[in-house]
Amino acid sequence: MSGLEQALGADAAPEDQRRHVTGEMTRVFSQARWFHGFWADVREVVQYRELLGNLVRKELKVKYKDSFLGFFWTLVRPLLQLLVYSVAIGFFLGSGKVIPEFGVYLFTGLLAWSLFTDIIGGSTGSIISNAGLVKKVYMPRELFPLSVVGASSVNFAVQLVVLLGAYVVTGSWPAPSNLLLVPLALITLILFATALGLMLAAANVFLRDVQYLVEVGLLLWFWMTPIVYDWTKVQSTLTDAGVPWLFDVYMLNPMANVVLAFQRALWPGGLTEQGAPFYYDGPLALRLVIISAVSLLLLWFAQRVFARAQGNFAQEL
Amino acid sequence: MSDIIRLQGVSKQFRLRNDKSLKERLVNRRASKDNETSFWALKDIDLTVAEGSTIGLVGHNGSGKSTLLKVIGGVLTPSAGIVERRGRLAALLELGAGFHGDLTGRENVFLNASLLGLTKKQTEQYFDAIVDFSGIEEFIDTQVKFYSSGMYVRLAFAVAVHVDPDILLVDEVLAVGDEPFQRKCIERIRQFQGEGRTIVLVTHSLDQVREMCDHAVMLDHGRSILQGTSVEIIRAFRDANDEVAAELLDDTTESPASITDVQVTDPDGAPLLAIGPDQPVRFRIGIEAHEPIDDYVVGLALTDNMERLVYGTNTHMLGITVPPANGKHWVEFAVDRLPVVEGQYYVTAAVHPQRGAEWHRVDRAAVVRVRTTASEVGVVHLAPRFSAGAAS
Repeated sequence: MSGLEQALGADAAPEDQRRHVTGEMTRVFSQARWFHGFWADVREVVQYRELLGNLVRKELKVKYKDSFLGFFWTLVRPLLQLLVYSVAIGFFLGSGKVIPEFGVYLFTGLLAWSLFTDIIGGSTGSIISNAGLVKKVYMPRELFPLSVVGASSVNFAVQLVVLLGAYVVTGSWPAPSNLLLVPLALITLILFATALGLMLAAANVFLRDVQYLVEVGLLLWFWMTPIVYDWTKVQSTLTDAGVPWLFDVYMLNPMANVVLAFQRALWPGGLTEQGAPFYYDGPLALRLVIISAVSLLLLWFAQRVFARAQGNFAQEL
Repeated sequence: MSDIIRLQGVSKQFRLRNDKSLKERLVNRRASKDNETSFWALKDIDLTVAEGSTIGLVGHNGSGKSTLLKVIGGVLTPSAGIVERRGRLAALLELGAGFHGDLTGRENVFLNASLLGLTKKQTEQYFDAIVDFSGIEEFIDTQVKFYSSGMYVRLAFAVAVHVDPDILLVDEVLAVGDEPFQRKCIERIRQFQGEGRTIVLVTHSLDQVREMCDHAVMLDHGRSILQGTSVEIIRAFRDANDEVAAELLDDTTESPASITDVQVTDPDGAPLLAIGPDQPVRFRIGIEAHEPIDDYVVGLALTDNMERLVYGTNTHMLGITVPPANGKHWVEFAVDRLPVVEGQYYVTAAVHPQRGAEWHRVDRAAVVRVRTTASEVGVVHLAPRFSAGAAS
């Protein structure tokens, strides 16, 4: 107590008015172990859900804050891609004559793909771009990649509106029978992308090359996924070349399955003129369920990797 | 009083890697191991903080104060040891860390408050108080990138003190802002202390430790060297610094003069231990000149038991020319009264050239106890007369 307080009688509050913290001592941290702590970490993220919401809002607000067109820019990239691919591949290469409703075909694929790249690209840099916070305030660091997932999902929803517009313009609507594939594919995509995003976010803190590798990798991945071409070409070419098993390898790509599911559910031109199915007619639902299950396992693994790495984030940044 | 923060054997090792890119690691794979140097930013720290106390962490730059604070705050995970605490914690580690330049002040208040653990409803409830405290009402809807650094800090501090923490971690943030705002901050911290909240403070200012903390920890190279009351720690810290200075001095040259002894006596030369505030006192300083010296300065300082400077002067300030000296001699400062409040006062003496580093200094070379009949606090013994009457 200083002399000033003593002299002026500005003494501390009487004992009964002083606050007392109730509750047990809790460990501030525990060394992350492989087989413990996943659920505890999940619970913590749930506790911080309000902050997560705020971070998502921040991501969305900040992105186009000072731009004139603002949120409209979210639509520019997919629309431009749509235009470029329609002209280059649909028109010049002639795919537009083979694939009916080529514009919508492209857009359904791009829709899924841009959600995937937004999540992967965004989460990879998420810890580094929030370095100021990571170094100064405690919170579950998973929130940063997760906030990217949230913001990307909002962008996805906006782009979905464009697709609806395309249906109105073309006047052809997708068959409702396969619509249930969309939520399933979406869950698969988000689980898989979140798992990858968590690992990449952690890895990028320790090795900044990761963000460039991700850029290159995504480009390669884009062309390994039937977005601008159709999967039947891949199958027939590989069968003609005498390596039909390579097509099974090709189909191990989770994003190929997700994109095919999107096309099957949302693309009205799914049948050829002869009435044969043009979309992927394999057991997509089953494949997606299996991929989701594997992604869930991957997510657990990714979270453990992240949890073990995060103790050193603040010093590495 | 029960403990609120407990640290047991906490250590933190930092690895410094000089290569952050894949190329460097692949190309210099062997060198990569050599590039990796590690050091202990904290080593075997044991610390308990009692509820409602204010504890200061002192030490030089790089002694591990801020690291320790981050470990308590949970921002850094220690390499070994246990950290336990209870209650809600708010950290003023770097004000405005959670602010985003593109968002307005209002948006940032909500974001930052939720970072510190407040719900939206609570923030709305405190919002007016926060803006009021920060004193930047007119700019609350401006993007914070247009704020001056002072405004930035005000708003951030305002948010931080409104989150109702049980434990407040403060890292040298009180040094920012203009003076009225600093005073406001200190007042708020005092209010927190009065309410029985626990505060852990990192600071370079020993005055702040003396004024605000009841306990302190001295850190050096990641080790907790000493824990004790703030006065003990301030004293130890000053001593440690003097040792460093003295070592430096010894390394360079043998100093031309040194202080041999300091005595507090009455006018007749008899040693004094306790005096009243109105008694005359003499401070006699013995000096040994190792070579002929002239044009030198002798200084005298009195500090109280809180390490507060009560009085200080030297022959240069007094405009006195000291006689040239060689070998042992003495100088004396005589005062008619020592009008200070009751307490122990320590005499510090120094001898130094007109210009340049001091030759020798002895801290607390002697002690004098002052006894007064009045009960007072502060520094000066004023012994006021008191009267009262009806106003005309």
